[in-house]
Amino acid sequence: MVMELEARVESNVRLSDEYNVVTLEAPSIAANADPGQFVMVKLSDSQEPLLRRPFSIFEICRNSSGAPTGFSLLNKRIGIVTQQIFDLTDTKRVSVLGPLGRPFTAINKPTQAWLVAGGVGLAPFLMLSEKLRRQGVAVTLYYGARNANELFYINIFEQLGVNVVTATEDGSLGVQGVITVALNERLQKIETNEALMIYACGPTPMMQAVTNLATEYHLPIEVSLEQVMGCGLGGCYSCVVRIRDEQGQEHYTRSCVNGPVLPGEQIVWEAL
Amino acid sequence: MDLSTEIGSLNLKNPLIAASGCFGYGVEYADVVDLASLGAVAVKGLFLTERLGHPPPRIIETPAGMLNAIGLQGVGVHRFIREYLPQLQNSGAVTIVNICGTTIEEYEELTRILSDVEGVAAIELNISCPNIKAGGITFGCNLAGTHDVVQAAKRATHLPVIPKLTPNVTDIASFARVAEEAGADAISLVNTFLAMSIDVETRRSRLANVVGGLSGPAIRPIAVRMVYECHQAVSIPIIGMGGITTANDVLEFMIAGASAVQVGTANFVDPYIWKKLMVGLNNYLEKHEIKRLRDIIGTLEVDLAEEA
Repeated sequence: MVMELEARVESNVRLSDEYNVVTLEAPSIAANADPGQFVMVKLSDSQEPLLRRPFSIFEICRNSSGAPTGFSLLNKRIGIVTQQIFDLTDTKRVSVLGPLGRPFTAINKPTQAWLVAGGVGLAPFLMLSEKLRRQGVAVTLYYGARNANELFYINIFEQLGVNVVTATEDGSLGVQGVITVALNERLQKIETNEALMIYACGPTPMMQAVTNLATEYHLPIEVSLEQVMGCGLGGCYSCVVRIRDEQGQEHYTRSCVNGPVLPGEQIVWEAL
Repeated sequence: MDLSTEIGSLNLKNPLIAASGCFGYGVEYADVVDLASLGAVAVKGLFLTERLGHPPPRIIETPAGMLNAIGLQGVGVHRFIREYLPQLQNSGAVTIVNICGTTIEEYEELTRILSDVEGVAAIELNISCPNIKAGGITFGCNLAGTHDVVQAAKRATHLPVIPKLTPNVTDIASFARVAEEAGADAISLVNTFLAMSIDVETRRSRLANVVGGLSGPAIRPIAVRMVYECHQAVSIPIIGMGGITTANDVLEFMIAGASAVQVGTANFVDPYIWKKLMVGLNNYLEKHEIKRLRDIIGTLEVDLAEEA
């Protein structure tokens, strides 16, 4: 059930010079959202920028009795809208449309979940971790960033019982290098009886590398893509991703309604 | 208040039509909009066969507008009739089917196929898509081509035929006139303006197709002018469009001569826009004590000053 509401900004927490987390009051959307889904956001009636922007739902916020009150967005300042979200004040209201898109496929134990996040690609994995941990699934988060100052909320994941493996490009925390190196090392040690599902979200080269590793080890993989979107509802056909179906036929699929979560092996990565 | 309007033999409960290419096949919006509450739904342009469309990026924002080069990705007419038309019929939507071909024979065949099934209210001829190499705009930029496509479609159907005109011509009114002469029941205008946007860092176009069509509020004043010009040139009904975002925008087009309007880009921003537009139109009629919205069509007052 898709809804649109003018959400009050409850808080804006700056995490670094580039990252922040904005919490929005939106109980009805929060109550209906599944891990991997997104919302389309517009900050004002202004015609520039004109279109909404897609954002992963980061955390579902709850009141003391556990009822959903809203959700937060993990934001990285890159363009005009992300700058506006970085600068949001709690006097503002934000129009949110959602929840939208195909969520992650949730697995059951004894299959383990390995979540691979690069930078702001961490966003969809908090909800997914909560859901999987509730179902008793063993979850490992492989989380990479440029440096230690850009690795956020590790403690929240650890409190959920998630095993966190980190990598930084400068070696300031965890393994030095990209996160796929750490992932590859661990994959070399998997037992043949270990059932695994891999989920990835982050820069395109990272998701492609993770998909290649998953394919090499014959593991199922889902990736969460971020495409330029017009409407988020399947109306405009702009957010397409080239995929190869089971018959080997290639076509463009809309990432807003058939994604943003897609099976990694179906994606024609060279066309992304 | 009476918002109803007429497009030839087609009676619409209100003048608000979802614009082709901006509303999928309609069913995508069934969760957020009561499709039967709209005047009509113009579905995404259909060819005889499926089309892949252009590679992404397919859209890019520009000031108060957007460029698109989707390339008419589509399921083709047969899959549309099998998979989408029954759902549209069940929803109670008045369905206008937008068609596109590379030859006159294709337009004729598409028109015939769609006339033989139930649930199609009118045929909109896409002779104005700026984004594909063959077809469409080749006819829309050529007076004889426009004439022949309309005539061929009219021969093949009893349904209202509505050619959708391109603004990428010197004198759009002459195309309106030719469409009327060829038997068009109405005309719709405008399709998007051929445009481009360049990333100066990479010196590449921001669209994979290099050029695309500009839509949104940025084009509205030009579109209103073109509707005004066409209204002076023809007596068949006009469906106006181009950047409509508010009820006032709808009224501008109608006063300029449109009997109905299409809304596209604004629906991307706000899929709930339809109800807001209807409320705004009702408020206007109340304020000005007008009983029927259609009474404002083409009522522009003009005081022409003498040329010096």
